[in-house]
Amino acid sequence: MIANLPVLQVLIPLGCAPLCVLLRRRSLAWLVFLMAALGSLACAAVLARQVAAHGPLHYAVGGWAPPYGIEFVVAGYNTPVLLVVSGAAVAAAVYSLGSVRTEIDDRRAPLLYTFLCLTLGGLLGLTVTGDVFNAFVFLEISSLSTYAMVALGPRRRALPAAFRYLVIGTVGATFVLIGIGLAYAVTGTLNMADLAARLAAADSDRALYAAAVFVFVGLAVKAAVFPLHAWLPGAYGEAPSTVSTFLAATSTKVALYVLCRLTFTVFGAGLVFGTMPVGRIGLLAGGLAAVAASAVACFQTDLKYLLAWSSIAQIGYILAGISLGTAAGVSAAYLHLINHAVIKASLFAAAGLVLVRLGSVQLSALAGLGRRMPWTFAAIVIAGLGLVGVPPTAGFAGKWALASALIEAGQWPVLVAMLVSSLLALGYIGRIVETAWFREPASVAEPSGAPASMTAVVWVLVAVSVVFGLDAALPASLAESAAEALLNGGG
Amino acid sequence: MSGTHYVYWLLFALMMIGLYVVISHGNLLKKMIGLTLFQVSVFLFFISLGKVEDGSAPIISPEVETYSHPLPQVLILTAIVVGVATLAVGLALAVRIFEAYGTVEEQDMQERDEDRHGAAS
Repeated sequence: MIANLPVLQVLIPLGCAPLCVLLRRRSLAWLVFLMAALGSLACAAVLARQVAAHGPLHYAVGGWAPPYGIEFVVAGYNTPVLLVVSGAAVAAAVYSLGSVRTEIDDRRAPLLYTFLCLTLGGLLGLTVTGDVFNAFVFLEISSLSTYAMVALGPRRRALPAAFRYLVIGTVGATFVLIGIGLAYAVTGTLNMADLAARLAAADSDRALYAAAVFVFVGLAVKAAVFPLHAWLPGAYGEAPSTVSTFLAATSTKVALYVLCRLTFTVFGAGLVFGTMPVGRIGLLAGGLAAVAASAVACFQTDLKYLLAWSSIAQIGYILAGISLGTAAGVSAAYLHLINHAVIKASLFAAAGLVLVRLGSVQLSALAGLGRRMPWTFAAIVIAGLGLVGVPPTAGFAGKWALASALIEAGQWPVLVAMLVSSLLALGYIGRIVETAWFREPASVAEPSGAPASMTAVVWVLVAVSVVFGLDAALPASLAESAAEALLNGGG
Repeated sequence: MSGTHYVYWLLFALMMIGLYVVISHGNLLKKMIGLTLFQVSVFLFFISLGKVEDGSAPIISPEVETYSHPLPQVLILTAIVVGVATLAVGLALAVRIFEAYGTVEEQDMQERDEDRHGAAS
C-alpha cells in the first residue's frame, strides 16, 4: 500500500475530476473535491512520515524501470511541498462551501470543482515526478485548468486576466520544453537522476548552458519571479476567492520547488552557481522584487490586487534564499515558502470573506468597517503582521532565518532590500488598518452575515500561522530535511 | 557546423517570429496564432533532434538498417495534445471576451474597462 502512495495521491484528484463533471450537482461535486483533497492530504502525511523514518521512496510508473519509464520520487525535498499543496486544497474545499455559492452559478460550479481537482492533481504530480518531460506535462495540466478557473471570476476583467495568464504561462512552459529538449540532446535521457549523472560527465557543453537558461526562465515565469510577474496581479485579483486562496498558497510555490529540484539535483550547484551566474541574477531579481513589488502594493486600491503584489515581493524573498545556494539559504527559503503559503492563503481567504459580506474589496469600501466586522479585520491584521514579519508570527520565523542566511553569506544589499520591503509591507498593512478603523464609514449598509465555513477556514489558517510562529519546530524540521536532501543530492 | 545544423537555425528563427507575433499584436486571435507558431516550431525542433543521418522512419522493416530516434516523436505527440488544449482554451477565452467586451483588441478592451469605471465613479 505505502509503495503505491506516491502515484495514488496524484491519481485520486485526477480521477475525481471527470466525476465532478458527470455529477453536475454543486453539492456532490463539492463532496468529491473535498474527498480528493482529504485523500491527497492523508497520502502526503503518511508519505512525509515514511520518508522521515525510512528515507526516499521511488515508484516506477507502470512497472517500467527508470531511466526508461517515468519515475515518481518522494524525498525530503518534496514532502513539505506535498503537505502545503494538499493542505491548501483541503482549506480551499471547506472554504468553497460558503464562497462558491455567492460567486458562481449552479451550472458552472461543478466545472470549478473539476478544475480544482485537475489543478491539485497536476501540482502534486509536478512535485513528485522524477522525469523532466513528465514534469512539463503536469505543469501544463495544472496551468491549463488554472487559466480556466481564473476566467470564472465574477467580474468581466477576469477574462482578459485569464487570457494574459494563458499567453505568458504558455510561453513560459514552452521555454521549459525547449530547455528539456536541449538537455535531452546533450544527454539522451529524461530521468532526473540519470540526467544529473550524465550532465556531470558532459560538463562545459554550450547546449547545456542554453538548456539551463531556458528551463530557469520558463520556471521563473511560472513562479512569477520579478520581472516576469506580469500575469500574477490580474490572475489572483480577478479569480474567484476560493481559487485565489488555493493558488496563492500553491502554484508559484510549486514552480519555485521545481526550480530548486532542477538546480540542486539535476544541473548541480557547481554548474548553476559556479559556472553560470544564476545565483547572482536570482539575488538581484529577489532583492528588486522585494522592494519594487512592495512599493507597488502600497498604491493599490483593491485589496486582492494589493495582496497579489505582496505575493510577488514574498516570492522575491524565497528566490533570494534559494539563490544563496547554501544549506542555510535553502532551508530558510523552504521555511518562508511554507509560512508564506499559510499566511497568504489566510489573507486571500479573509479578502474573500470581505467580498461576500460587502460585495466589494475596494479599499474605499472598507472605510470604517473595523468596528462592524471586528473579527474579520482582526484576522486580516494578524495575518498582515505575519507578512511584515512581526514576532511572534510565522512570517518572523521565515524572515529571521532568511536574514541570518543572508548575513552568513555576506549579501548585505539583499538584506537591506528585505528590510526596506518589510517596512513597505508595514505601510500597506497599515493602510488597511487605517482605512478600516480610522475613517468614517462610506455607507450605512450593514455587512451581511459571514458563512461559517469561510470564517472557520480564515481562523484556522491564521491560527496555524501563529502556531508556526510560536513553535517553528514542525516547519523548521521539514525545511531543514528538505535542504539537506537537496544539497546532498539525496533522492 | 552551421552547414549541418541549418535546420536548428531555421526553427529558432520560426520560434522568434511566433514570439514576436505574440508580443507585437494586440488582437487576441493573432496572439493565439503567434503562440501556436511558437509552440509548433519547438515541437519541430524536438523532432529534428531525433533525426539520424540516413535513418528511415522508425518502423521495423527488413530493408532498413538505420532508424531515426522514435522517442522525441512520441514525446511530441503528448506535447501536441497539450498545444491543442492550450489553443482550445485560448480561443474559448477569446470568444468569452468578445461576448463580454464586443471586441478582441487589447487596446479597445482597456478603454472600455476605463469607460465603465469612469461612469461608475
